[in-house]
Amino acid sequence: MTKTERREARSSAIFNKQAVTYAAAQSFKMLSPRVMIKNPVMFVTELGAVLSTISLFAVSADVYAVSVTLILWLTVVFANFAEALAEAKGKAGADSLKQVRKDTVCTRLADGGSEKVSSSELKVGDRVLVCADDIIPCDGEVDKGIASVDESAITGESAPVIRESGGDRSGVTAGTKVLTGDIEVIVTAGAGESFLDRMIALVEGAVRQKTPNELALTVTLAGLTLAFLLVTTALLPIGRYFGAELSIPTLTALLVCLIPTTISALLPAIGIAGMNRALAANILAKSGKAVELAGDIDTILLDKTGTITVGNRQAVQFVPVKGVTEAQLTETAMKASFGDMTPEGKSIVALAEQLSGSTADIPADAAVISFSAHTRLSGVDTDGHRLRKGAYDAIVSFVKQNGGRIPTDLKEITDRIASAGCTPIVVAENDRILGVVSLSDVLKAGIQSRFARLKAMGLRIIMVTGDNPLTAKAIAAEAGVDGFVAEAKPEDKLGYIRKEQKGGRLIAMIGDGTNDAPALAQADIGVAMNSGTQAAKEAGNMVDLDNNPTKLIEVIEIGKQLLMTRGALTTFSVSNDVAKYFAIIPAMFILAMPHLAGLNIMNLASPESAVLSALIFNAVVIPALIPLAIKGVRFRAMGADALLKRNLLIYGFGGVVLPFAGIKVIDMILSATGMF
Amino acid sequence: MVFVTLIIGISAVLSWFLGRYMTYIMDSSEQGTWQSYLKQFAVFNVIMFAVSFAVLAFQQYLPLNPDSKGALTADLIFNTAASFTTNTNLQHYSGEVSMSYFSQLFALMWLQFVSAATGIAVLTAIARGLGGKGFGNFYKDMMRATFYILLPVSFVVAVMLIFTGVPMTFGGAVEAHTLEGALQSISRGPAAAFIAIKQLGSNGGGFFGPNSAHPFENPNFWSNIIESMSIIIIPMSCVWMFGRLTGKMRHAAVIFGVMLLLLVMKLSFAAYFESAPTGALAGLDVQTSSNLEGKELRLGKSAAPLWAVLTTSTSNGSVNNMHDSLNPLTGLVPLTGMWLNETFGGVGVGMINMLIYILTGVFICGMMVGRTPEYLGRKVETQEMKLVLLALLVHPLCILGGTALFTIMPWGAETVHNAGAHGFTEILYEFTSASANNGSGFEGLGDNTPAWNIATGIVMLLSRYVPIVLPLMAAGSLAAKRISPDTSGTLHTDTVLFGAVILGSIIFIGALLFMPVAVLGPVSEYMAGALK
Repeated sequence: MTKTERREARSSAIFNKQAVTYAAAQSFKMLSPRVMIKNPVMFVTELGAVLSTISLFAVSADVYAVSVTLILWLTVVFANFAEALAEAKGKAGADSLKQVRKDTVCTRLADGGSEKVSSSELKVGDRVLVCADDIIPCDGEVDKGIASVDESAITGESAPVIRESGGDRSGVTAGTKVLTGDIEVIVTAGAGESFLDRMIALVEGAVRQKTPNELALTVTLAGLTLAFLLVTTALLPIGRYFGAELSIPTLTALLVCLIPTTISALLPAIGIAGMNRALAANILAKSGKAVELAGDIDTILLDKTGTITVGNRQAVQFVPVKGVTEAQLTETAMKASFGDMTPEGKSIVALAEQLSGSTADIPADAAVISFSAHTRLSGVDTDGHRLRKGAYDAIVSFVKQNGGRIPTDLKEITDRIASAGCTPIVVAENDRILGVVSLSDVLKAGIQSRFARLKAMGLRIIMVTGDNPLTAKAIAAEAGVDGFVAEAKPEDKLGYIRKEQKGGRLIAMIGDGTNDAPALAQADIGVAMNSGTQAAKEAGNMVDLDNNPTKLIEVIEIGKQLLMTRGALTTFSVSNDVAKYFAIIPAMFILAMPHLAGLNIMNLASPESAVLSALIFNAVVIPALIPLAIKGVRFRAMGADALLKRNLLIYGFGGVVLPFAGIKVIDMILSATGMF
Repeated sequence: MVFVTLIIGISAVLSWFLGRYMTYIMDSSEQGTWQSYLKQFAVFNVIMFAVSFAVLAFQQYLPLNPDSKGALTADLIFNTAASFTTNTNLQHYSGEVSMSYFSQLFALMWLQFVSAATGIAVLTAIARGLGGKGFGNFYKDMMRATFYILLPVSFVVAVMLIFTGVPMTFGGAVEAHTLEGALQSISRGPAAAFIAIKQLGSNGGGFFGPNSAHPFENPNFWSNIIESMSIIIIPMSCVWMFGRLTGKMRHAAVIFGVMLLLLVMKLSFAAYFESAPTGALAGLDVQTSSNLEGKELRLGKSAAPLWAVLTTSTSNGSVNNMHDSLNPLTGLVPLTGMWLNETFGGVGVGMINMLIYILTGVFICGMMVGRTPEYLGRKVETQEMKLVLLALLVHPLCILGGTALFTIMPWGAETVHNAGAHGFTEILYEFTSASANNGSGFEGLGDNTPAWNIATGIVMLLSRYVPIVLPLMAAGSLAAKRISPDTSGTLHTDTVLFGAVILGSIIFIGALLFMPVAVLGPVSEYMAGALK
């Protein structure tokens, strides 16, 4: 299945035929009280419908009473339909994942021999051999070998990726396919517990638990329902005092109109749709709670390289210190960069080769010192020449160890390069510093405007970089981030997150390496890249299938949209009550107290038509708002106060006005039929 | 209107300074959890109830009884003890007829001080908790509120009242020879002290049956001004105190603004509706330019609607006119005041009631900014909403449940003096007044019966303690949470917009619950009258 196909499966038109058929059937199955009780407000509605049905047999069954009862049942069915429809969309996404998860026969290695077993028999700690063209049977860690793997089944990305033992590219996922090479994989998740299994379960809603905010909202809605239950129940004896005998269908109609049915009917759909939106963005959230929490994030921690800047820093210039020729510097830099396989190292070699016209000549017996994030230098030892290139302070301390001196103009050169937003790489031989390589860093296109969007929402963006403070500052200013952590080692992230959290902030970060795992676990939202290590994926609470570091921004927007949709529909639901009161209350008492006719400000045709109109409006508003619930309230990057003002105006004020018009129109149609 | 504006304006200005003084008195850095605070609160309130019950039950054996008042019935004792313990001061008796001076002073007046101090104390604890300090010690707060706030302010007001002619004596009733030669016994007593705290502590229980309509409780124009301002001043100050203790003065100003707006709206409605002549005299030659029935004309024309609004906005419940005689829609205004019960509200508890609406509004609207709702930087979640919603439910439960029960039961329906809508309003008003811990009577109701005494007694206890205890617990739960920083992405509680959120919460969630009964009572009566 291609990426586009799956995206379509996940986000195609809301009312497609297949989903609607499924949802329609499901909405009747869900009438079972055992299912309904999970949604207290709709449960009360169903009880009302039952009570009203009983009254049809016990009291009277005129056209009015039958109509009210039918619409009450319809209200419940509509609510179920909304939930089932959202589920249907989730199921479509899950089905696409399920195709990936098949039982396969695989080779388990044990005690020097090997045996063929079904992938469902694998246990944690088993070692399996996966050869070219095999499907990887389990989640695991590559222990031996290197392979190119097609992960498009999970990520939708067709370009193969390299998976090899050691380092940050060792994690493999069940359901992906080895293209070339053989690898030995240690199983990290048993059958049925793999990453894929958990994702399918989550998407299908099998383990869907109410999120904290959803729970709080359910409690609130239940409380309001109790209050309105009181109001309606009290009217029965009070009506008698005035000589008005109120019928059960009428009282139930009032109750159902007043209780927040709109939001309660759409609440499960909003939650499921939030998960689906995350999935459509190729993010697998480990829980609905994580998606919801994303909206609360205050600070985002982003790596500079690959996220804010394009990532492949290129050497652009060699600047020797006084007394050193440029050729000498170029030659040494080229040799010292030999052990550095990062794009930066390669670019130094490439530029040097281009400038000098020769290639690096490293004797076979030379000791190559590879670059690492800890030492922050690389180099080569040959014939007593110890060539190094690396970060300023790393090289300075290396030279000092060898008893060398620091050239007076070095600081000035590095500062000049750094202030221009470039990264200075210092080159040295034994105790002598030769000069500086300038690496230029290019900001990703459009990154400034994305950051501006985030800042408008009140988020703080912190850039983490191994660069020196001057470079960091220049790039931070250019990209428009709020702060930076310069000369950071991987573990500095954890410290920074802890510090921010002490101030009450919620932090999100994205990471891929094993080094990132503790920070991913500590962060409130940790997004691990799918290409990252198993440890990183376990530690985070979301996985980004696209390996796109700016995905955090989408995650946060999805979280905010989820909460906004809930708030907007709740406000709308509560605001609707005003018009419904004005329709139903005069209608209820007009027979016993004709002088209340003046309260019929909407000039509704008859008491029966007034009650029915309000009830019909209340019912049809549910399917009418399904698209809004599933797509979510339109998100805008603006401050909280501006957002609130806008939403209050649309859903609060609109919620007061719209039902007046809606009820009136329905009443006109009803009275035109001549039945009421 | 100038008179009304001046009284409200001067009170608002004075409340700023009194709020500052109250903060100075109540602020402390004592530690203490909400649990221990709640325990101390419970113990003390049980003692309050027990002591007043005992004093009332044995008043015939106790001293300071120059007019030899006899024993009271058990249900009246329960009702009165509940009424004064809960700061309601609903009176199903006439003070000068039934109570000895000892009962008035040591059961009733004592409770008028400590029940008001209880409100201030709990509000202080909640504010401290939300402000990030310990909840403190209830007994110490009680002492501070009683001795440094209520006593001195009452002393000042009492002295001023004595100058306007309110009696302050331990001598018994005096005998007067009337012009007709008849002998009349005129009750008097230590009224000035009693009235000062009655007004200041949002108590409202009069020394004499007719309350502040009685010439000894409220002799003239000037005493009326002092007493009107005394109703509102401490509830207003409590908002400022809350702001200072939480360190959110701008937030307090928004709350104050919303309360003031609602108060002014109610005042305008009351003044407007009451300017119409009374329905009974409509079209007759004796028709007056405005409704003068049941009013004390010595106090001035606008004194009645002003007082009626103030006393029901604040859970005070003292009266200077007959609410039963107000025009139907004017009568709806005091009812609305008590249904909302937080347009300044009772001493301390008004602001606590307001917190219930604020949290509800914050929860629903807070989501619309795309974050988990937060109040003063703390997340509002399931636990808080449970407590807040329960607290919110008690008021409609007591009012609607009680009214429904009494309208169909003979022991309710037969005690009303008027048929139809007006009689219904009498029942509705009585339960509203009890549930709002207000204590004012619509009157026209034979309410000293066992059924009324027991029912309103229970209602007063429920709707006093549940909406104090649950918000305190909610504050405890909030206080335990991490404070998240204030950014442009968080909902700000100090803006006009937030004022609109509170207002919406009060009107859509608080007021709408009572719309059906409002229609059936006062509105129906008005519309029936309008048709005539």
